[in-house]
Amino acid sequence: MTLTHNRPIADTAVATPEFEAANERQKRRRGLLLALPAYAYLVLFFAVPLGIVIVYSFATRNRFGGTDLTGWNIDSYTALGDSLVRQVLLRSITLAVITTVLCLVIAYPLAYYMATRRESVRNLMLVFVMIPFWTNFLVRNYAWYVILGTDGPLSRVTETVGIGETRLLFTQSAVVLGLVYGFLPFMILPLYASIERIDGRLLEASRDLYASGFQSFRHVLLPLSMPGVVAGSILVFIPSLGAYVTPEILGGAKTTLLGSYIVTQFLTARNLPFGAALSAVLMVIMLTATIVYFRKGGRTL
Amino acid sequence: MRTGGDTGEDRTVDNSAVDIRGVTKRFGDVVAVDNIDLSIADGEFFAMLGPSGCGKTTTLRMIAGLEFPTEGSLRIFGTEVGTLPPNKRPVNTVFQNYALFPHMNVLDNVGFGLRMQGTGKADARRQAAELIELVQLTGMEQRKPSQLSGGQQQRVALARALVNRPKVLLLDEPLGALDLKLRQEMQTELKSLQRELGVSFVFVTHDQEEALTMSDRIAVMHDGELLQVGSAEELYERPVNRFVADFIGQTNLLDATVLDEDMIVLANGTRVMAPNPHPAGTKVAMSLRPEAIRLGPRGSVPAEHEATSLPGVVAAMTYLGHALVYRVNIDWLELEVRTETVGAQDRLQPGDEVTLWWDRTADWVVPDE
Repeated sequence: MTLTHNRPIADTAVATPEFEAANERQKRRRGLLLALPAYAYLVLFFAVPLGIVIVYSFATRNRFGGTDLTGWNIDSYTALGDSLVRQVLLRSITLAVITTVLCLVIAYPLAYYMATRRESVRNLMLVFVMIPFWTNFLVRNYAWYVILGTDGPLSRVTETVGIGETRLLFTQSAVVLGLVYGFLPFMILPLYASIERIDGRLLEASRDLYASGFQSFRHVLLPLSMPGVVAGSILVFIPSLGAYVTPEILGGAKTTLLGSYIVTQFLTARNLPFGAALSAVLMVIMLTATIVYFRKGGRTL
Repeated sequence: MRTGGDTGEDRTVDNSAVDIRGVTKRFGDVVAVDNIDLSIADGEFFAMLGPSGCGKTTTLRMIAGLEFPTEGSLRIFGTEVGTLPPNKRPVNTVFQNYALFPHMNVLDNVGFGLRMQGTGKADARRQAAELIELVQLTGMEQRKPSQLSGGQQQRVALARALVNRPKVLLLDEPLGALDLKLRQEMQTELKSLQRELGVSFVFVTHDQEEALTMSDRIAVMHDGELLQVGSAEELYERPVNRFVADFIGQTNLLDATVLDEDMIVLANGTRVMAPNPHPAGTKVAMSLRPEAIRLGPRGSVPAEHEATSLPGVVAAMTYLGHALVYRVNIDWLELEVRTETVGAQDRLQPGDEVTLWWDRTADWVVPDE
């Protein structure tokens, strides 16, 4: 305000800082009212429950399976150092990484193929990629349960061919298979979107400048499609890490993953503080992975 | 050793940088390039000119290896390159809109070709810096293409191609995206750069003025066919057909029929003298450049031009400062006539009855295709 009083305001239409400031305030507030329902929804059903989870992680479990919201402590977090927990954590992360890498390797060539087709073919292929979403996720997992089962179609085929029966169900391989199957479209779509945006002449230019097909991929296509790689990897890694349905149906008892373990803590063991602490850890891992990936992607953009 | 051919193309095979023989390119049912023969000499500034869709860019892309010919033979310095991939050819391209790598800075863009060929990083950087200096972009090494102006991007594209010391440099409408003033500057620069390096430049453009001012020779293409190859002078003064006459510069095309080797009959029955090689009765067009026609009040034709004159009526006059442009009606056509203002005769007004005449050597008869 001191600025405005330093010079006299002429009666012509000179710039008046008060009006400009008012205008700026209005600009900042524009659309706030319209966004309010979404804000309210997120706060009520996302931020508040998240707060409750974090509060519970510092609470104490009482003898009767209930939770006392007194005597705050970090016992639940110390319990994370337990070897069983570490094993579950490590196994979950390993499977999520394997799933992400497999999705990337399978999806990239397909996304490139799709992005380089003519428009009608492209759109048709996009529809094909999204068709699985028309069926419930749970149903699709049970379909795999049937296919992979001891007496299922896959086993019969391998028996007929003479390789002998397959015992895939209730193994980690079955879990990875199910996860890759379930999350592949989340990798394909962002990859497709980012490859499709790349100017094909850049690849031609690289070939003209003596790059082999692989060098052209390595030095031009891959770096330029990095936003898609990052987005797709996050979209696959995060749900894989917290996956519950697929490991539960296809994994069996020996391969407990983080998602199932957390559910067990809440529902079976009735150890709410420990379940909450595990959830918090899971979120921290996801958040870290996201930030690291975005930073890395951001630099190559 | 001129052996003829429709296009007047020299059939020298040795010493040509690029030698194209009977090359056809089809995309499905579409014939993009139709059986062309072309030979580009080492060290030549060669332009390929034509309207969009005429096949000039496809021809360039076949030389680069970005398209393969459907039929025919394509040699670069005597080596058949028909289906060699682009990275195995001693040519480089300056792409339309440059196609600079957006994720690399200027230095890495320019050094790209060298690194792909296995040159060490330090060496590649040093050579890239030399080229950056040559195109006067020193100080811009660390910038991304998006931080450069159109003209600067153009120079980076040029440096990126030239750093590999190509035997032939291909340029696909490289000046198309620049504004007029910059384009004229770059024309001069490209020309002097080409002289300095002594490398063949093959330059694709739809801008005839650009082609005429820069090139040693020009190929005119239309609908996938090569119509004529020649110097700017040859194309302007002795076009092979109606399309070339019309496409290169401005001209008036008068429909006519050949009477004999010296005379033609214009569409309105006027006989004019026009030596031509066509048999009697051939439908032709007589090309008269606006600046080659002179005009004066009816009946003022000098006696020696009597056989090459036409009556007309002035329809309009435009004052351009250095010149006057008249639109003159002859029976079935309006002609454009351009006269210098310096030492001009009395200005004629619309409605004035006039006579047009021209030098016997000024007209040019082309087959009417």
